[in-house]
Amino acid sequence: MSKIDVHKLTKIFGPSPKKGLELLNQSKSKDEILTETGMTVGVNQASFSVEEGEIFVIMGLSGSGKSTLIRLLNRLIDPTFGQVWIDDEDITQATNEQLIETRRKKLGMVFQRFGLFPFRTVLANVAYGLEIQGMDKSEREEKALQAIEDVGLKGYEKSYPDQLSGGMQQRVGLARALANETDILLMDEAFSALDPLIRQEMQDELLQLQSKWNKTVVFITHDLDEALKLGDRIAIMKDGTIVQIGTAEQILESPANDYVSRFVEDVDRSKVLTASHIMKHPTVLASEKDGPRVAVRKMEDEGVSSIFVVDRERHLQGLLTIDDAIDAYKKGVEMKTVLVSNFHTTTPDTPIQDLIASAVDTKYPITVLNEGKLEGIVSRVSILSGLVLGKEEETTA
Amino acid sequence: MNFYLPLEEWTNTFVNDWLLPTVGGFFGRLSDGIETVVEGLTDFLIWLPPLLITVILIALTLWLAGKGIAVFTLIGCIYLGSVELWPEAMMTVAIIIVATLLSVVFGVPLGILASKSEVINRIIRPVLDFMQTLPSFVYLIPAILLFGLGGVPAVISTFIFATPPSVRMTNLGIRQVPTDITEASKAFGSTSWQMLLKVELPMSLQTIMAGVNQTIMLALSMAVIASMIGAPGLGSTVLSGISNVNVGLGLTGGLGIVVLAIIIDRITQGIGDKL
Repeated sequence: MSKIDVHKLTKIFGPSPKKGLELLNQSKSKDEILTETGMTVGVNQASFSVEEGEIFVIMGLSGSGKSTLIRLLNRLIDPTFGQVWIDDEDITQATNEQLIETRRKKLGMVFQRFGLFPFRTVLANVAYGLEIQGMDKSEREEKALQAIEDVGLKGYEKSYPDQLSGGMQQRVGLARALANETDILLMDEAFSALDPLIRQEMQDELLQLQSKWNKTVVFITHDLDEALKLGDRIAIMKDGTIVQIGTAEQILESPANDYVSRFVEDVDRSKVLTASHIMKHPTVLASEKDGPRVAVRKMEDEGVSSIFVVDRERHLQGLLTIDDAIDAYKKGVEMKTVLVSNFHTTTPDTPIQDLIASAVDTKYPITVLNEGKLEGIVSRVSILSGLVLGKEEETTA
Repeated sequence: MNFYLPLEEWTNTFVNDWLLPTVGGFFGRLSDGIETVVEGLTDFLIWLPPLLITVILIALTLWLAGKGIAVFTLIGCIYLGSVELWPEAMMTVAIIIVATLLSVVFGVPLGILASKSEVINRIIRPVLDFMQTLPSFVYLIPAILLFGLGGVPAVISTFIFATPPSVRMTNLGIRQVPTDITEASKAFGSTSWQMLLKVELPMSLQTIMAGVNQTIMLALSMAVIASMIGAPGLGSTVLSGISNVNVGLGLTGGLGIVVLAIIIDRITQGIGDKL
């Protein structure tokens, strides 16, 4: 059984949602229902499940219904139709008391605009969830302090939210959700209001905390890069409908439809892909056994005008051009003496972005070295195709 | 064709034949209750040495509103004493305190209800408009019939006139609490009561206090009108100034009301800002 199981969850905003539901069942689109009845379909028959310990990212542009969807999970918004199973309990059927109990014990939430209580100190904010459960002061403050320490805000307990920066305020928001010791964390665009650097820092910290806490996280975002970074699995929403669910790789490699692929097009591949993704394993010369003759033969076979030369441990010795090889053959000199070294080198984990400049001003391929050993070469063509197509299947491991 | 709406006759029949005989007893007891409180408070305020009240007011204004207002308070209290209107001022203050307390006790909960329920909000709004715009003389008459002459009908009519800002501002204050904050409170499993007491009221306290401040100011502005039905205090000084064409007496009483208004306004505003 999954931690969270969502079945055909639907929300229609408007005066007579039942009628909207009928129209949905006649498979009318969101736009048709809007023009026919004036009602808005917030979430359209969303079904998915989230496993324990998973970070499940729901991604979509504004108006796609993702914020509505996450609020249906803890019934901040009541669904029109569908079920939400949390640990075998269908919370859409829960009474008010049961719902409050589930929210207290099982569902923590972090908000885009933080949602902190401005008249409470950091400590009192973090302890809020425990306070309303009736836990005594010393016990709840102890737990709150622990949570504050976990998010790295020790020493700020007595501050008020408006004395803290945005990033710190969101740490308070996170600590407040952690203090309740719920299994599930709902994060509604939790990092979207932060500036990019702080945002990355918070993403890293969330991943780090997650390895320690192993919570079940439902994370809403409009940013695909964030989704790819955080999500074990990602659901992409459009017009209230989930159009695809899959791992980052699945979504990048086989977008379910045009909408997803347009989304994926926007991913900055130059940051995601590294040299090791696009490098090729070149035919090389072994300096010990091969002479200029073999070199010329190999270059002819490969149809290239230069070849890299390595020693027995594949340490790179240099580059041999076909002209130099023929020269050396004619003059009978050793191959070593005619090697050139005016090519660029890089490491396997360098992003393609950083290779573009080098690729422009050299006529030779860039060599990818790992501790001096030749791992592969990157040609200008493969950088361009990597950027444009992201064809990871062309690369060899 | 001439259509005549006998509203006048209906009202009179309603008041004389039904309202007074049926609920007169109840209003009589209510009237006695309010009267006891108003008179007790008036006697207490007059019994307190003026010097003590002055010192307390100066301390309060110093703490809440700054030096300038503290100096003004000193001058104002000296003025009230030197024109021999101190007891009248205390009577007015007593009526205002009781009326304001009633307004807050009824107004704030009503405002909370209105903020929670669109139905109640829609019902209450025209009633509040009615209370604020209906010329107060109109309900002075039934107030006399029900409560007799004196301080009690003054308290009741002041209450009617001065309650709307408390209701409106409480309603507004609670509606203005940002959704992310109420959502956060809800998401962590607050009951409606917990959300109201721990989040919504603290968040809207400043707005509510602004409403209470307005209620007090309106109550003061009713002082003269209420004196027409026999309310004692600065209002009746002004009224006798008007009826005797005694400009000097009218001005001394009127200035007394202004002095009270400024001191009370700054103190209650100061409380609102401190929250």
